[in-house]
Formats: sequence, structure tokens, C-alpha cells
Amino acid sequence: MTLANSLRAQPDQRGHFGQFGGRYVAETLMPLILDLEREYRAAQADPAFQAELDDLLEHYVGRASPLYYAERLTEVLREGAEPGPNGERMGAKIYLKREDLNHTGAHKINNCIGQILLARRMGKTRIIAETGAGQHGVATATVAARFGLPCTIFMGARDIERQKPNVFRMKLLGAEVRPVTSGAQTLKDAMNEALRDWVANVHDTFYIIGTAAGPHPYPELVRDFQCVIGREARAQILAREGRLPDLLVACIGGGSNAIGLFHPFLDDPDVKILGVEAAGHGLDTDKHAASLAGGEPGVLHGNRTFLLQDEDGQITEAHSISAGLDYPGIGPEHAHLHDIGRVTYESATDQEALDAFQLLCRTEGIIPALEPAHALAAVTRHARAMREDQIIIVNLSGRGDKDIFTVADALGAEM
Amino acid sequence: MTRISSTFARRRAANRAALVAFVTAGDPAPAVTPTILDALVAGGVDVIELGLPFTDPMADGPAIQLANLRALGQGTTTATILAIAAQFRQKHPDVPLVLMGYANPMVRRGPQWFAQAAAAAGIDGVICVDVPAEEDDALGEALRGSDIDVIRLATPTTDAARLPAVLAGASGFLYYVSVAGITGMQQAAQTSIADAVTRLKAATDLPVAVGFGVRTPEQAGEIARVADGVVIGSAIVDTIAKAAAAGHDPAAAVKSFVTSLAEAVHSAREEVAA
Repeated sequence: MTLANSLRAQPDQRGHFGQFGGRYVAETLMPLILDLEREYRAAQADPAFQAELDDLLEHYVGRASPLYYAERLTEVLREGAEPGPNGERMGAKIYLKREDLNHTGAHKINNCIGQILLARRMGKTRIIAETGAGQHGVATATVAARFGLPCTIFMGARDIERQKPNVFRMKLLGAEVRPVTSGAQTLKDAMNEALRDWVANVHDTFYIIGTAAGPHPYPELVRDFQCVIGREARAQILAREGRLPDLLVACIGGGSNAIGLFHPFLDDPDVKILGVEAAGHGLDTDKHAASLAGGEPGVLHGNRTFLLQDEDGQITEAHSISAGLDYPGIGPEHAHLHDIGRVTYESATDQEALDAFQLLCRTEGIIPALEPAHALAAVTRHARAMREDQIIIVNLSGRGDKDIFTVADALGAEM
Repeated sequence: MTRISSTFARRRAANRAALVAFVTAGDPAPAVTPTILDALVAGGVDVIELGLPFTDPMADGPAIQLANLRALGQGTTTATILAIAAQFRQKHPDVPLVLMGYANPMVRRGPQWFAQAAAAAGIDGVICVDVPAEEDDALGEALRGSDIDVIRLATPTTDAARLPAVLAGASGFLYYVSVAGITGMQQAAQTSIADAVTRLKAATDLPVAVGFGVRTPEQAGEIARVADGVVIGSAIVDTIAKAAAAGHDPAAAVKSFVTSLAEAVHSAREEVAA
């Protein structure tokens, strides 16, 4: 396959993934993101940058993360499986890519390490970031502490309420957590406020965007920093099984953990790929966060992508039990992969995610974050319809310690 | 000649700067907006920017953020605003009317639809905050096709190398955002504004209007000495909010405030001459 035909050659020079992506920002920010793009190209060509990144990923983040065969989960799902059309035994082998074992407990740190090295290259002396569940905020506060840079995290007041442990972690790490009280007081509003701060402090501030969205080059560079997930998983499954997986599964808010797993496999036509959006109370209600299933193309936060919006182009509120998926948009590369049909997108409800959350706790002794619990919910649907010699890799993008209060509340349990 | 360029030309011929006023459409309610627009004209405003409310006004400070939410809370839609514009155009055939806002409500039904509907409503120009020159084909082409001015923003971060790209396809006037920041916050130093206007005017024949952080007649008068236009937004939006909250007529409060701004802007160069 030539590079021109590769699905991995996006975006184009203007930062467009097909009809999505782009640089929809105020003029004040435009020179800055052009600078960032130049600096990123220089860093990509600089072996010293890559060497420092690799060293930090190994010794500070703790990579490579394990690819773990979830034997009991696999067995439990096989028990309920009907035989296949030719009487074959059903129930695919399920592997978990253990991003939950990274330093700070999620995949977010992969991207933060890369971006703070860029910030340092550009001579920026102050870091800002938005956060929803708090995982990206914690990861950003962590790298800011590690590199000795002051850091301000914008977080919706409602998310601060439902993610208290992460708020305290950020403060322990020396970050200022600024509550955002506009709008629904969640991730979208935190991103608005971070953009307002950035535009007023362009001279010294670097904005570490947490997902593979925003104006070009962010969707590309966040993806590139997260692709370590897919590159490792590819090598690990080849070493372990001697072949590529049949199906990849990951949850999608903005979609950085998903694109990080998917991208190194996009040119492997036999690998099916499934992204899972948050269906909240159900796609037939107005309380969900599935922008592909329930949204339409539009422009927000620097890029053109699928958005939850009304007929007048006003953005509607997303809902998910998982604060990390509670966003009315999706990264532009996912919008493109959906458009061309290379990746299939489904959804899982709050209830399905809660069920899958408990299933993993009890079968594997692993408490997943509510975000990848959505991916696990889709796995429970698909594994039984696949033969037992087939392989699924699911991205376990974060650990669930932060979610135990939410889960207790949803289950009506006393802590 | 469009309404915008002839208005600036007329002001220039009289050695006066133009006063450009921004209000958010539908704030405090759609039914009140026509009376506020009439008050702007009666108070001496030369060009009106009508803000298209959006749920996520990323480049705006608290005053205009709240105005956006009030307008949307009162059920303001694109159709409401176009109807207000059409009504204004009948009543005030010569006063330039510019729509200002964010990309998503403008491109929702397609850029062609928006451009044609705006033209039919008598809109003269559009300022879209988050469509920079690089994404011009998302909106600019359609607007030019309907003879609507594409008004671009230049900022303190727009350097000489970038300026030609910003000016390509721009018409009406050039809006100089005098501070790197959001609307309604601090004002830039007068010397830096004067330097920037000199720099911009060397690169374009378009009139240069200066805005962001201008709150008082004194500040407006200072800028009017060096720029072709002065843009005032948040201070007027604040005036509307305070009047509405106190149960007073927002239109009367707006008329009184913009009259003082217009006097300061229109007489600024006479004081210098004297």
C-alpha cells in the first residue's frame, strides 16, 4: 500500500480529515497554532525529542503497558454463547490493553508528556488545560509538577462536584483548579474557559488539550502521542498470538484513547474496529453524549466535526454517567473514519456501562474507569457472536478509583 | 459602493471617525431589540453590529456571554434575527447592519443559505469570530457571492507576514482587535493602538475600526483621533443589562449612552485641530 492510499496519511496540510477538522479559531490564536505546527514538525524530525519522550514514557509513565489476556471474562462470556452456524464454539478471546496501569491511572499521561516537551521547546512558561473527569487535569498537573511549570486547570463546577478525589489530586500536585460556572458546568464549558484564558495569555501560555480534537495540529499531535498504545498492542499481540486481532474496541468521548489504539491498525483490512459512544439514558432520549449517532456536522472548539446541536446550530448538552465522555462533540478523525466507514461506531448506555463495570470487577479483579466500561459493554455484545479462536483487544483506558462514588450512588449503595 | 464603504467614506470626507456599536440580538428579549436598534441610530451610531447569540461564545467576556444566554433563553433564533434585520432595513435604508457571531449558527443550514438569507434581510457585512482566513471556503465565498462584506479581524498577534492573508477576500472595513484577549476586559495603551493603525493602514485601503475594551467616551475619542472607526460592544451590552434589571427602558438608556459616545467620536479631531 502506498502512502497516498494509506488511511494513516490524514490530515492534509490544512489539517482537514476529509470534510472534518481544520482551524476554526479566533485570529488572535491563529499565529500561535501555526507556530505550534512548525514546532511540532521540527520536534518530529529531532531524534533528541523522540529519545527524551521515549525515556519518560518508559521510566516515568511505566510503559510498555501490559496486554493482558482476560481469561475469566472470556470464559464467562463463552458460557452464555449460542453455538455458531456450523456448530463451532463461540466467544472470542479478550485482551485488555492496560492503560489503567500507567502513572496517574489512565492513557492521558501519554499525550501530556509529549505536549509539555513541546511547551518547553517553544519557551512557554505557563500551562493550562481543561478537564472533564479530571484524568486529563491530573495528568497535566503531574507533568507540570515534573517540569516545574505553573499550571491552571479549568473544570466545570458540576464535574468538580462529582470528581472530588481528582480535584484534590490536582491541588496536591500544585495546580490551581479553576471552577467554571457557565453553561452546564461540564467539559464543554471548561474548554470554552480555557480558550478564553489562552487568548488573553498567548505570549507565555501553552494549552495542553486533552483529547484528539480542537484546531489543527492538536488532533494530529494528540493522536501521534497516543499511538504508542496501538503500536505496543500490535507488537504484543503478534508476539503472543502470532497474528493480528479480529476486533479492536475503545470508548469515545473526544476519542484520544480510541484513535491511539486504532490508528496503527487502520491499514490492516482484516482488523475490524469499533468505537463506543456514551448513550447515557438512551439514544431515544435527549440525555446522551453520542455525537455520531445523534449529532450532525458543525463547528465548535476549533474544528469541524459531528456535534450535538439543535436546528439553529446551538450546542445541546451532553449527558453520560462518565464525566470523561460527557462532551457534545468528537475528534475530527473519528468523524472522518465514520464517514468513510473504516471504523464502526456503536454506543452503550449508563446502565450497560455500570453492568460491564461490575462484571470486570468480579471476573478479573480490575476496577475499570466508567469510560472504558462503555467499551467493555460493547465487548460483551460482540464476543459471544465471534468464534472462540478470534481475538478482541479492548482499550482499558483508565482505572476506576475516581468513579467509586458515582457508581455507589448509581447502585444505591452506602459507602 | 456598499452601505459600509459609503458610510466610512462620508465620515472620512468630513474628517470624522465612525462609531460602530455592537448589541446582542434578542437581549433582553427579541421584541426589545428593534427599539434598541432605533435608539442606536437616534444616538448617532454609524454602523451597527448585531450579535448572533451562540451557546458557546469562546471569544467573549462575561458581559456578552450573559447577553448570549439571555437572548437564547428568550427563544431568539436565526429566523427571529433575520426578521429583525429586515424590519430595520425598511425603516433605516442607509444605516449599515453587520451580523457578528460564531461559525456554527451561520453554517448550520449551509453557507449559501445563510448568505442568501442575510442578503435578503438587508445585511451588509458579516464578522465570524472563528472562521479565520484559512477556513474562508466555509463561509466567505458564499458571502461574497451574495455581495455581503466579509469583515476580518486583525489582532496584536497578526504580524506583517500574516496580514496579507487576513486581508485577502476582506472588504467593508478591517476590525482591529486592540488587545489579545476576550471582549469587554482591559483596554490597550493608546500608543500601541496608534502604532497598529499606522501599520494596518500601510497594508490596506480598507477603513480600520478599533475595538475590544473601549468603555467610555474619553477612550473612544482618543481612538477616533487615529482610527477610521471605534467599536463599542460590552459597555453598551452592560448598559442594556443594567437598565433591564432595574425595570427601566433599555432603549432610552442606550440612546443616552451612545449619544455621549457619538459626540466624543465625531468631535475628536476637531479638538485636536483647535
